[in-house]
Amino acid sequence: MRKTFVKTLIEEAKQDRDIFLITGDLGFMALEEFRDVLPNQYLNAGVSEQNMLGMAAGLALSGKKVYVYSIIPFATMRPFEYVKDDICYQNLNVKIVGVGAGFSYSLYGSTHHALEDISIMRSLPNMTVVCPGDPLEVKFATKASVKHKGPMYLRLGKAGEPVVNPRLKNFKIGKAVIVQNGKDATIIATSNLLQNAVEAGKLLKEQGVDCGVISMHTIKPIDQSAIIEAAKETKAIVTLEEHSVIGGLGSAVAEILAENNLKVKFKRLGVPDEYPHVIGSQRYLREKYGLSPQQVAQTIRNVISKRN
Amino acid sequence: MPKISFFKNKAREVRKLLLTAAFKGRSAHIGSALSTVDVIVALYFGILNINPKKPKDPKRDIFILSKGHGCLGLYATLALKAYFSKNILLKYFKDGTTLAGHPVLNAQPGIESSTGSLGHGFPTAVGLAYGFKKQKRLNRVVTMISDGECDEGATWEAALAAPNFKLNNLTLVVDYNKIQSFGTVKEVMDLEPLVKKWQDFGWNVIEINGHDFRQILAAFKRAKAHKSGPTAIIAHTIKGKGVSFMENTLEWHYFNLDEAKLSKALAEL
Repeated sequence: MRKTFVKTLIEEAKQDRDIFLITGDLGFMALEEFRDVLPNQYLNAGVSEQNMLGMAAGLALSGKKVYVYSIIPFATMRPFEYVKDDICYQNLNVKIVGVGAGFSYSLYGSTHHALEDISIMRSLPNMTVVCPGDPLEVKFATKASVKHKGPMYLRLGKAGEPVVNPRLKNFKIGKAVIVQNGKDATIIATSNLLQNAVEAGKLLKEQGVDCGVISMHTIKPIDQSAIIEAAKETKAIVTLEEHSVIGGLGSAVAEILAENNLKVKFKRLGVPDEYPHVIGSQRYLREKYGLSPQQVAQTIRNVISKRN
Repeated sequence: MPKISFFKNKAREVRKLLLTAAFKGRSAHIGSALSTVDVIVALYFGILNINPKKPKDPKRDIFILSKGHGCLGLYATLALKAYFSKNILLKYFKDGTTLAGHPVLNAQPGIESSTGSLGHGFPTAVGLAYGFKKQKRLNRVVTMISDGECDEGATWEAALAAPNFKLNNLTLVVDYNKIQSFGTVKEVMDLEPLVKKWQDFGWNVIEINGHDFRQILAAFKRAKAHKSGPTAIIAHTIKGKGVSFMENTLEWHYFNLDEAKLSKALAEL
């Protein structure tokens, strides 16, 4: 995802000289090309995230379309008040690009895990929150971000994620992508777990369960009609995210279901309210928290078979 | 105090352990750990008032590695001091481990603070030193920050606070290896004149070669003797110190060791 983002932004920035990228001293084997090809549209602000977000606001006021790049906790949490006061409050044209969704930096520990970012970013007025599910969605989202005026948070995985939905053609911020239809249940997935949703859908099909998959790449504004439709047409909704179960996609979907009085079986799959004491690879932590395709498929079977 | 050769031997052992653990876990940040080794070995084998058999001794001195990404130097030193076994060290960065790529408080005995996001361990150390003073306890606190960490605003907030509170029980080490995560310090965010900055903030400043045990040990002794406030030791170090192909490179902030490179590195030590 990271490589696709940088490649797409370079293409866009060659056309639009107002695009300006600031990194918080990160980007080894990722940002070198941007730095070398577009030196007048690039700044390494050092390991100074608060100053970096403040400067981003100033650069936006000077007329630039600013992209701020760092690992998610350092792009969103360290400088949170700068994002609120300087970027969202003033409604400035700054895109915050966070790499390392969920457990992408699993073995580096909880300082580097990104499990609260969707929750806090979507609570800010004027902020649009986009969490692409695969590199193709990253490409479309990056292009759309250039045209979008105002603050945006773009949540990226790391490197090496596969294209999950190669048929994607129409991408619009705020419009969910129906990856596949199904009548027994619908998985609404976001960000780097879209792949596991699609794989769980395949496993369920083999087991005789017709499961739809929706890529909810935009968490804010969320696609209400896609959620309502899925709730009316399928028997169960399961949300899937590599993020805390508090405040992220699952919460956003639950808000829509509750306020529309939709009676549908519902389950949030994500990371529970804890810091893992024993850690491992991203795969290891996904399995620890029931987020592997097999575990997701099993949970969905359990949800469907539960009596009301 | 043991002889200089004793410290040199311990540092060699720590570097060997560190590289082996990095190889087994396929982890990054090797260069950042190698630059810290001599200072950390001096602390744990000669300076700190500690007892690995009583890791929670209320009278102990406390070391906080604020540059958490250099954790391998700390982990290997703690393992050599038998805070925990070498087997636990060799599970570092593997599935099911408690030894993450940044230190986690109490993950193993001897780890005194969770760090990894820059600019956190130092303010924690200021708070600890302040707390000990308030309670009239004699524990000393040492913290180590990186040069890149000097970019963080919080570093300078803590730098302003410690002399104001006259924390003579606090010693800070800047591991000045001149390379931060996406370039040299000079090209990314020049810190010079660094000694003067710390002096102007009110610190007793000692500038040393961070790989010379005579200078390291003498600096910590002078820090302890300085009674009017905190001491900052600016330790000039070499990123990747001890392994020729890692020394002074940005790449070894990120690269992993394979078997051939591990043997080559071990042979040099």
